Amino acid sequence: MDRDYTELLHRCFRCGWCKLPTNYQDFNCPAYLKYRFESFASGGRMWLIRAWLNGEIEPGERFAKILYSCVTCRNCVEACALPNIKDRLVDIFVAARADLVEQGRIPPAVRDYLKALSVSGNPYKMPQEHRGNWAEGLGIERYHGQEYLFYVGDVGSYDEVGMRMARSVAALLQSAGVSLGILGEEETSDGNDARALGEKGLADYLAGQNIGTFRNKGVKKIITLSPHGYNAMRNEYPVCGGVFEVFHYTQIINLLLGGRIRPGEYLKRVTYHDPCYLGRWNNEYGAPRRILGSIRGLVFVEMDRNRNNALCCGGGGGNFFTDMLGTGPDLSSRARVREALATGAEIIAVACPQCYKMLDDAVKAEGAQDAIEVKEVSEIVSASWGSHL
Amino acid sequence: MDQIHERLTEIVGAAYVSDAAEEKFIYSRDQGVQEPHAPDYVVLPGSAEEVSAVVGLANREKIPVVPMGGGLVLSGLTIPQKGGIVLDMKRMNRIIEVNEKSHYAVVEAGTSQGMLDAYLKKHHSALKHSLPDAPPVATIAGNIAIHGSGHLSQSEGGFHSEMVTGLEVVLPTGELVRLGSCSTVPGWFSRAPLPDLVGLFLGWNGTTGVITKVGIKLYPRPPYHDVLVFMTEDIDAAPDILCRIINTGMAEDINYALAPKPDYLNGFQMTVINITAHSEEELGMKKKIIRESLRHYFETKEAGFMPVPPNLKANFLEVPQKALSKFADVRKGGGFEYVGAIMPLEKIPQACRAGMEITGRIGITYSLGARIIGRGHSAMFFFAYPFNRADASEVGKVARALEETNETALKLGGIPWKTEISGQQLILRQMDPQTRELMEKIRGVLDPNRIMNPGNWEVA
Ligand SMILES: Cc1cc2nc3c(=O)[nH]c(=O)nc-3n(C[C@H](O)[C@H](O)[C@H](O)COP(=O)(O)OP(=O)(O)OC[C@H]3O[C@@H](n4cnc5c(N)ncnc54)[C@H](O)[C@@H]3O)c2cc1C
Repeated sequence: MDRDYTELLHRCFRCGWCKLPTNYQDFNCPAYLKYRFESFASGGRMWLIRAWLNGEIEPGERFAKILYSCVTCRNCVEACALPNIKDRLVDIFVAARADLVEQGRIPPAVRDYLKALSVSGNPYKMPQEHRGNWAEGLGIERYHGQEYLFYVGDVGSYDEVGMRMARSVAALLQSAGVSLGILGEEETSDGNDARALGEKGLADYLAGQNIGTFRNKGVKKIITLSPHGYNAMRNEYPVCGGVFEVFHYTQIINLLLGGRIRPGEYLKRVTYHDPCYLGRWNNEYGAPRRILGSIRGLVFVEMDRNRNNALCCGGGGGNFFTDMLGTGPDLSSRARVREALATGAEIIAVACPQCYKMLDDAVKAEGAQDAIEVKEVSEIVSASWGSHL
Repeated sequence: MDQIHERLTEIVGAAYVSDAAEEKFIYSRDQGVQEPHAPDYVVLPGSAEEVSAVVGLANREKIPVVPMGGGLVLSGLTIPQKGGIVLDMKRMNRIIEVNEKSHYAVVEAGTSQGMLDAYLKKHHSALKHSLPDAPPVATIAGNIAIHGSGHLSQSEGGFHSEMVTGLEVVLPTGELVRLGSCSTVPGWFSRAPLPDLVGLFLGWNGTTGVITKVGIKLYPRPPYHDVLVFMTEDIDAAPDILCRIINTGMAEDINYALAPKPDYLNGFQMTVINITAHSEEELGMKKKIIRESLRHYFETKEAGFMPVPPNLKANFLEVPQKALSKFADVRKGGGFEYVGAIMPLEKIPQACRAGMEITGRIGITYSLGARIIGRGHSAMFFFAYPFNRADASEVGKVARALEETNETALKLGGIPWKTEISGQQLILRQMDPQTRELMEKIRGVLDPNRIMNPGNWEVA
């Protein structure tokens, strides 16, 4: 592991601020919330990584589980008391995972994810030709110089919920007259979660593939469906030589509000769940809220943990695919649904296909289908704007 | 899987028992300088019934049990000296009742300070409990089990253990008992007028049983809050200055501090006075009265109120104070430990000098200071020593300084608080033999197999 990191490990006081949000309301570290052993909190991880590097413990199965149960949500980064280490916490966990990858000590689920990504270019092991299937019937053209490339990513391309979301966003942007095209079968995984799982080589390779395709096609501006792709393209691709103007789709909708997008009425009580890779990773809290706030009749209610204090859905850092948090009432997705229910909201608005799926499943696990529904921001806008579509 | 592990799994569920190397490592040590000792099992109970079953099993099998809350005591009191079971109580964190009229809350033992505060802010915003400056994951039970103190200790009830209105406890033999008014009537409003058995579990470091529920007093949460900072160079003036402030009856929390950094303030002592009020006028009036009480000092130009820049003010107003956790990074090494000696106010100057002498001689850095407890009935004087945990020699020096400081505190007429096992031994040696014997008898009755947190309060 990088010396920059190893020299920070012993500076963690393991004081536990990292377990809570800054308003202390409840445990806000998904791995700790689920497992409850000190070892599964960020402080525990810091001390265990140090113990491993000092030869005090062996990196066995449980050690790997502890490292890989981190969903890279950055709650610890927000809450840590020590300014000189806080920003590096998640980087350190990812670096430690990278060492595990190199030593071949990763959990089977992580291995399977990375293998599928390497072999099939997507974690679903689906044919590359099916990447564009989500867009069937929408009349969206392949990218050929339009203003924006609409990049949907793995979940938007292959997952049922993700595909629904991709269609909704694309349809809304199209109807607003946004000039966009897609890559379809030429799209490759964004690599964000591979990087978070410690497979930098694969992430760089995937980034390189995408950057090459974008360049060949003359792409300058990108709209991403997923905050994960947004994060990779905004923060990692420039390091790999790919500099583009990158937007999350909520930012584009927000720009068009009052102009080409004029939401109508939506008579529901709605709360919004901040995706970590949009919020804590990229500091975008305003755009989705402005969109929801512009809808007539929509009663917007915040959950107590919002913005930089939001509780992650548990799907970050590759966990959407590797499922290192398993099942049970202490899953952060389920805790999040209970928190949303407590606001009296009828709708949990989401802006990430992974959050969408995680929370949708959690609503079912909580048996709350009659009380609350998960909807994605563009679906709400479109529902309010029905007459325009 | 061994039989004990199997039984523990039956009681709390497989997900909440571990004998893995990772948990053994983490639960074998804390943030201070005490030697690690690994547990055999870490168990996370979810209810008082589960605690009772685990402790009952441990008693039958004569396995040590160490209750743990936030594990933030720093002085090694949750390190399982003789192995056995560490009972991490933080899954038990339900807030059971808040009685606004009778001003108390009933919480499960593992409820964190931060969570109770957040809950009260949201649901009972006119009320608060006394928060320690420990990180907010510290638990209510862990704090009262060691006679903690906090933001309302000066103005309201003294030590947090004095704010306890009732307890539910699992005895070392596994029985579940209730103490205080809740033992007799439904409410958890008071320990009086019954014979006070609550004290059998306060200050005992978990050696007499496992607290599973706590009734804790609540106090008004006035909306206005400000801070005054009084600076002086004269160490000997500290008791008088503190007394004058206390006697105004206007301050909520009073903290006194002395540190070698920043350089330009070296030698200065800072008295931080927190004030709360229900209106601007009340706040202004309280500040005026406090200023007035110290007129003698600033007229003679010996001392004065410091203009507090906004960022510093925000730090002082924060509860709990994150700045205290940052102290762990002073030596860029993630550690500090402190002797907190409970002592009479008039000993503060001697304590300051002793702290500077010890640290100067041993060659370590320090922060010294005191929180006033009660209306000056005592002070919790802290001798805090940061260290770099990657530097064994520095860790050794701090361990030596702590031992010497414990001895010095006792010589000064103070008593080390939540002290390491070696500090407990110093106290026991100096204690009236009859008192010591009484403690032994009580433990013998409650814990015949001596399973609870062995090593602590143990007469050698
Ligand atoms: C930065 C910093 C600032 C601090 N400031 C303060 C302060 O202002 N005031 C203050 O009082 N303390 C302070 N502390 C010390 C300490 O962190 C607190 O007292 C804290 O509240 C201890 O609670 P805990 O839950 O961490 O207890 P633990 O460390 O888990 O346990 C403390 C003791 O209580 C026992 N115990 C724990 N739970 C139970 C239970 N359920 N039943 C029976 N016994 C139990 C344990 O066996 C142990 O002996 C500070 C510490 C730090 C690191």
